[in-house]
Amino acid sequence: MKKNWPLWEVFVRSKNGLEHRHFGSLHAADADMALENARDVYTRRNEGVSIWVVESKDITASNPEHNGELFEPAQDKVYRHPTFYDLPDEVKYM
Amino acid sequence: MNKEHLYKYILGIADNSLILGQRLGELCGHGPNLETDIAGTNISLDLFGQSRSYYQYAAKLIGNGATEDSIAMLRNEREYINVLLVEQPNTDFAYTMARQFLFDVYHLLMLQELQKSHDVTLAAIANKSIKEVSYHLRFSSDWVKRLGDGTEESHQKMQDAIDGLWTYTDELFHQTDADKAMVAEGAGVDVKELKDSYYSKVTKVLAEATLETPESKWFQKGGKNGVHTEHLGYLLSDLQYMQRTFPNMEW
Repeated sequence: MKKNWPLWEVFVRSKNGLEHRHFGSLHAADADMALENARDVYTRRNEGVSIWVVESKDITASNPEHNGELFEPAQDKVYRHPTFYDLPDEVKYM
Repeated sequence: MNKEHLYKYILGIADNSLILGQRLGELCGHGPNLETDIAGTNISLDLFGQSRSYYQYAAKLIGNGATEDSIAMLRNEREYINVLLVEQPNTDFAYTMARQFLFDVYHLLMLQELQKSHDVTLAAIANKSIKEVSYHLRFSSDWVKRLGDGTEESHQKMQDAIDGLWTYTDELFHQTDADKAMVAEGAGVDVKELKDSYYSKVTKVLAEATLETPESKWFQKGGKNGVHTEHLGYLLSDLQYMQRTFPNMEW
């Protein structure tokens, strides 16, 4: 195979009610083949009830070089987390 | 019901799955790419799983210390009664997919009827296998269309594969004595009845794939009576090696 098939990202919903989660990636010639390959590669041990595939090139990703300006300003702003309240004992799982 | 007929009938179905599963298994680690490799191996494992259910049933039937392993692994070539189609070699990927497709169309039609069998065990195995085989057919039909309606080279290879394997299709619809006895009991599938539906389904996919349906009316036969092509012996020597070399080994 001289030319590789394009890369696809696979998202699988493992149970009804849960969101689709990124499971991995694979190669396929088109969307139909990507779905079939995803079924065989990622759900053959009963992992899923629904599959999404999207071609990797269609995903716009943030540039790691910009991590400084994107994420670091949030690090010293603890007051943006609602951690300054006294929670009553009756409120669980916060 | 005549036990001998039932036993033979079960083996006829089970051997097809076993031998085709072994053929696909040969490609494990040698598929055209990782994804297709895993897909082929999955189908192979489905077929082995199905054949196990049939052999377990057959072993219970004849008793006498027989097990699923002894039936699957320790018969001689002439005692295997799979159709010639499934033992044909993995000449190339087009052949592998064409063989799968030509068998899957038959396999699904047969199981849909076997589900209605008066024999509850056979009906249950058929019912469980149908979902697997529906996927096999979807997968193999897709590849027949992709290669047929692909490049000039892939088209030629798929056409060669269909032409080469066509001669083994008619045997699928030959009735053995066991078949006839089982049909009379309402326990077996009348394969003659599946023939028209089979060829019309196959022709439809081939047309979509821009492939010619072969016109040859000369067909090979023999597998159902244990008379095989030269390929089966080599396959069996691989399949049986462990049990013959280390009898009764388990892992």
